[in-house]
Order: sequence, then C-alpha cells, then structure tokens
Amino acid sequence: MLQSILITFISAVFINNFVVVKFLGICPFLGVSKKIKTAAGMGVAVIFVMTLASAATWIAQEFILKPLRIEYLQTIAFILVIAALVQFVEMVLQKTSQGLYKALGIYLPLITTNCAVLGVTLLNVESSNNFVISVFNGCFSGVGFTLAIVLFAGIRERLETAIVPKCLQGFPISLISASLVSLAFLGFQGLLK
Amino acid sequence: MKLFNIFKNGIIDENPTFRLVLGTCPTLAITTSAINGIGMGLSTTAVLIGSNAVISLLRKFIPAKVRMPAFVTVIAGFVTIVQMLLKAYVPSLDKALGIYIPLIVVNCIIMARAESYASKNPVLDSAVDGLGMGIGFTIAITAIGSVREILGNGSIFGLQLFGENASPALAMILPPGGFLIFGLAIGLVNLITNRQTLKSGCGSHSVGCEGCNADCSLAGTEKGAES
Repeated sequence: MLQSILITFISAVFINNFVVVKFLGICPFLGVSKKIKTAAGMGVAVIFVMTLASAATWIAQEFILKPLRIEYLQTIAFILVIAALVQFVEMVLQKTSQGLYKALGIYLPLITTNCAVLGVTLLNVESSNNFVISVFNGCFSGVGFTLAIVLFAGIRERLETAIVPKCLQGFPISLISASLVSLAFLGFQGLLK
Repeated sequence: MKLFNIFKNGIIDENPTFRLVLGTCPTLAITTSAINGIGMGLSTTAVLIGSNAVISLLRKFIPAKVRMPAFVTVIAGFVTIVQMLLKAYVPSLDKALGIYIPLIVVNCIIMARAESYASKNPVLDSAVDGLGMGIGFTIAITAIGSVREILGNGSIFGLQLFGENASPALAMILPPGGFLIFGLAIGLVNLITNRQTLKSGCGSHSVGCEGCNADCSLAGTEKGAES
C-alpha cells in the first residue's frame, strides 16, 4: 500500500505532471503565474479542491452512477459535483476561517472551470483506482500543479526585466519559457517502469 | 450581412486561439497531428453551436445567480452527445483524443461565449457566433497540428513527406514542442498584425487589413515554426 502511494506520488508530481506533460490546467498556469505568492495561493487551493473532488466523485461513481447504470452521464455528474463542492468549500471557509478564505477565496470560483480538476477525476475512473489511491492521486496531482506553477512564476518574475522583442511580449514569451520548463520535466520520463 | 460579420468575427478579429488565447489546454494537448486538430475543432464547434443556441433560448428564464451551473449543465449535455456519437461512428478518433473529449466541458471558449454572447443575443446570432468561433478554433489548431506533425513526424494527415533518411525532430510532438510552436505562432500573428498596421496606416478594423491578417497568420505559423 505504502509502495503504491509512493509510486503515485512520483508519477503524479514528476513523470505525468499535470501542467507540463498532460496539458491540463493551462489557463491558471498562464493566468495567475505573474507572482510567486499568488501562484502558491492558487496551488494550495487546487490541492485542496482536487483532493476533495477525487473523494466526492469516486463516491458518486461507485454508489450512484454504477448501481443505476448511468455511467454515460459521468461528464455531467462530475462537473456538477465539482461545481457544488467548490461552492460549498467557499461557504464553509467564509463561515469558519476568515484568514484562509481571504487567502484562497478569489481563486476558488476559477477552479470550477479548471480542467485539471475534472481531468484528475476522469483519469481516476479510467485507471479504476480504489478510494485511497484516488484521493492520494488527486492530492499529489495538485502538488505537481503547484510545483510547476511556482517554478514558472519564478521564471516569469525574472522575465519582467528581460528585453523581449515586441511581438513576443506577453503570452508568446511565456509559452516559450513554459516549453523550457516542460523540457526539464521530460527528463523524469522513464523514472518508473 | 450582419450574420456574415458575426461569423467572420470568430475566425479573424476575435480568433479564440490567436487573439483571445482561450481554450489553451486542447490547443496544446491534442495538436500532435493535423487530423486530431480537425477532429477536436469540429467536436468543439458542434458543442459551441448547440450550447450557444440553447443558452440563448433560455436566456430570459435562467436567473443571474445560478447562470454558471445552468450553462455548465447545458454544455455538459452537448458534450455527452458528441462523446457518444464519436464513440459510435469514429472510434479511432475517440481513442486518439481520449479524456480531452469530456474535457470540452471546461474549454473556456464555450463558457466565455455563453457568458459574453449567447446570454445577451438572439438565437440565430448566437448559433452563428458559435459556428464562427468554432471554425476559427478549428483552423487555428489544425494549423498548429500540421506544423507539429510536419516537424515532429515528417508527415501531414498521415502522409509521409520526406524520404526514409530524414529524421524528424521528435521533440515537436512531445509536450515542449507544443508550448514552443504555440508561442511562436501567437508571436507571428502579432508581428504580422503590427506590420500591417504600420504599412497601410489603417487600424485593425478596416476590412482590407483583416482579410490579409487571416491569410498571413495561417501561412505565417508554418514559416515561423521552420525558422
């Protein structure tokens, strides 16, 4: 069990990194990576929601969709579960912890349409993970996302002072630097057999 | 004429990929070949037309507070239809696109058009807007897909271009190539747009300039990638 959790960790964070290898969650990766601080805030919010979403959708899949044989409604069911979950988390945080709500609040609505969250839940079903592995996979995928976005924010802070041709300013140069980050992560390929 | 302008707007002025930079996940993930680009583009177009039309029909009934969940449900419904049709009639494409088909639900182009266009405009206009945006997206990702396929695999639409001795740059169909080509493509579109504005002295709203931008941006992507 411990071994499979460790394998899940290495696979989700380094080898199949959600952002730079699987291309999921690119919008926040490009959108909120201008400063390391905001990037880390977004990362923590994503870890939080991905872990909860993995648990909630696994329960929905096993106890509602499968017994009723309506697996074809998976996409609709999952996106609604995630939307409801994000709304719920936002309300709970607002009531219980003002500090955490202030830190994560603005990122939460953005997460509903983050394809990384829906992606991890669909991948969990596809590879028929059990409950524990699903939850850990959700959490570690979030960690991988955070690692990539924080590293990338570091590069973008440096880019601010770099001299860039006019037509490449903004998105293009960000994408080109993301390509280099992705190249670095490619080095982890083949770490696990 | 008005409908044609709405249609053209999606392809040229507000091209979702090159101008608005929306829907970046599928743009990067499935553009490893030209045929994947067309498949993804047309699937997204179908969903866009359907969801735009239905959301436009319901725009007076959906309360503002719950509009996001309502939009998402409509979009997810159309995605499920497309998913089932692809599974039944083109299983090979379904396999190639994998989880990116259900992920059309969270493609920001669709949500953005629902929110900023379909929820405010009549049905026919919204459907045409969906068609234009969809075709603009399809053209853009097919162009990126073609460049990556030519450079990374030495083929186009599965047709081998070079002799046996040529070894393609494999990195181009791996993740880093996706980011690189997409970045250079947007850069090239920017470059051409700026130059056009300088040369003819007309803003981006004149018809002549727009027509030219479209042609250049397509030819330009390939040129830029090769250099």
